[in-house]
Amino acid sequence: MTRYLLDVENPNLDGYEKAGGYQGLARALSMEPALIIEEVKKSGLRGRGGAGFPTGMKWTFAAGDPKFPKYIICNADEGEPGTFKDKAILEKNPHILIEGMAVAARALKAELGYIYLRGEYPKGKDILQAALKEARGKGYLGENIMGSGMRFDIHVHLGAGAYICGEETALINSLEGKRGQPRLKPPFPVNSGLWGRPTMVNNVETLANLPFIMRAGAAQYVKIGDPGCPGNKLFPVSGHVEKPGLYELPMGTTLREIIYGQAGGIKNGKRLKAVIPGGISAPVLPPDAIDCPMDFVSVQKQGSMLGSGGVMVFDNDTCIVRVAHRALEFFERESCGKCTPCREGTSWLRAILERIETRQGREGDLQLLEDVSRNIAGNTFCPLGDGAASAVLGFLRHFREEFEEHIKNGCPFGPDDHTRTVIAR
Amino acid sequence: MENFPAFSPGALARLEEIKKKYPPGRAALMPALHVAQEDFGWLKPEALKAVAEYLELPEMTVRSTATFYSMYRHKKTGRNVIRLCTNVSCLVLGARTLKGILEGLYGLAPGNTSPDNRFSLEIADCIGACGSGPAMLVNDDLHTGLDAKKVIEVLENYK
Ligand SMILES: Cc1cc2nc3c(=O)[nH]c(=O)nc-3n(C[C@H](O)[C@H](O)[C@H](O)COP(=O)(O)O)c2cc1C
Ligand code: FES
Repeated sequence: MTRYLLDVENPNLDGYEKAGGYQGLARALSMEPALIIEEVKKSGLRGRGGAGFPTGMKWTFAAGDPKFPKYIICNADEGEPGTFKDKAILEKNPHILIEGMAVAARALKAELGYIYLRGEYPKGKDILQAALKEARGKGYLGENIMGSGMRFDIHVHLGAGAYICGEETALINSLEGKRGQPRLKPPFPVNSGLWGRPTMVNNVETLANLPFIMRAGAAQYVKIGDPGCPGNKLFPVSGHVEKPGLYELPMGTTLREIIYGQAGGIKNGKRLKAVIPGGISAPVLPPDAIDCPMDFVSVQKQGSMLGSGGVMVFDNDTCIVRVAHRALEFFERESCGKCTPCREGTSWLRAILERIETRQGREGDLQLLEDVSRNIAGNTFCPLGDGAASAVLGFLRHFREEFEEHIKNGCPFGPDDHTRTVIAR
Repeated sequence: MENFPAFSPGALARLEEIKKKYPPGRAALMPALHVAQEDFGWLKPEALKAVAEYLELPEMTVRSTATFYSMYRHKKTGRNVIRLCTNVSCLVLGARTLKGILEGLYGLAPGNTSPDNRFSLEIADCIGACGSGPAMLVNDDLHTGLDAKKVIEVLENYK
């Protein structure tokens, strides 16, 4: 297995250099910017922030815009519930991210970058800041990077608790000191982003793939993972598995291998009931779908999405209505309020799910859930509302009887912590 | 420009650093609000006013940004702020029970402060510790693998 995202013994600069760190940047510095973009295109790298957009193509757009200065933004807002992969890179191997950003800066001739770090990761901020200082000290950042004459520096911007700021235009507004609401696209950030300048927004994990691509070359990179979607992927696995945690595996590894092969199977000898494959916005899948390879295309064919790759596993004692209700509490709270279908729709969905969970559900509520969801889908300003709607439709598609049962007879499940002994005092 | 007696010297030094990293104007607002919140304890009206004066922005602008984000606090909090994650991965491992315990033991309802002013409770939406949930942040410290017993043990360390 070729690990490369987290594989350092020691997160400081020495440890990273020993593992081949900053050799990718050295190679990038010896190349023309256009050739770096070519190499990234050849690597087939697709963005790890959720949408899977080809990174090289996005770079071409930004490089093609004549305006300067250009900015590199690292999206470290990781707010998708069930996801803790970017955090691991930030805390365990910050230099791989810094090197990746410097490569991007070289390719796009940018001189300034920002890491937009979510407010809930205060520890990450200290680690990043220490790493940035180390990198400046060694000339990997600053006025004359590795003697090449290239200039580039990175600042850390701490968010303050808003899921929507993970959306790239909301993130840019937030970085400008405004309310974190999305902007209308087009113009896209690659043409008009931060302060109206061409801006490349990439996810932490995306950027962390660049040092390897630069060091080993695209030809090596495409041998890993799935031919249509190469590379390794970080899979955060949570919920009812024996060994929850973060797994770095080739793109296209099946859900079955992730849940049973890597994470030790379902906890306490129970059965798998459902799995959310890519963070809370990804529609739930039933057990018979777990032979699905985890890549952008295959998961979509199953009616869900790879999203963040956050695999959330539920055993046969889990109440799906409760899960759905909690998911919608999240979307309702995090809807930025800018557009009505999302603001009102998520609030309706939450209220209906709440009454179903608390045995006040009415006949026709399931139809209502579907109607409201369909009215949200495709009608919102940004994809947050779509995520909420497709999550609800997913729960209904695969677990309709359970919702009906709740409306008729109430919740058949005990408290969630059936695996723990409660010591009440 | 006059000096800014509203801020402590430490906070002022940090604000100066922040100013260097951003172009003039609104961009430095979020980090400045973080500093003000730490300095004043919460974003009381004087804090917002001080930030507005420091960055030479209208108070409305400062308020508009400050009220959008959930981590900026607009009321006084207890000495320790608990952010308990109850999102799905933590939920299915018992986060609701923990919420009940905090309510029963410390009189803490979400959004409120305990009568002895020791704790404030906020419900969080995933704090990136789903792999070792249920989890909570107390101030800046992350605590994971919580159960009914451990949550009480952990909180005993915060006075
Ligand atoms: C509601 C919403 C939340 C998002 N949250 C994140 C996030 O936390 N992190 C992230 O990298 N991308 C997030 N995205 C995707 C970004 O808009 C953007 O596509 C991504 O950062 C691009 O990076 P990539 O090309 O490297 O994937 C989110 C999108 C939406 C609509
Ligand atoms: S769901 Fe609780 S930390 Fe992610």
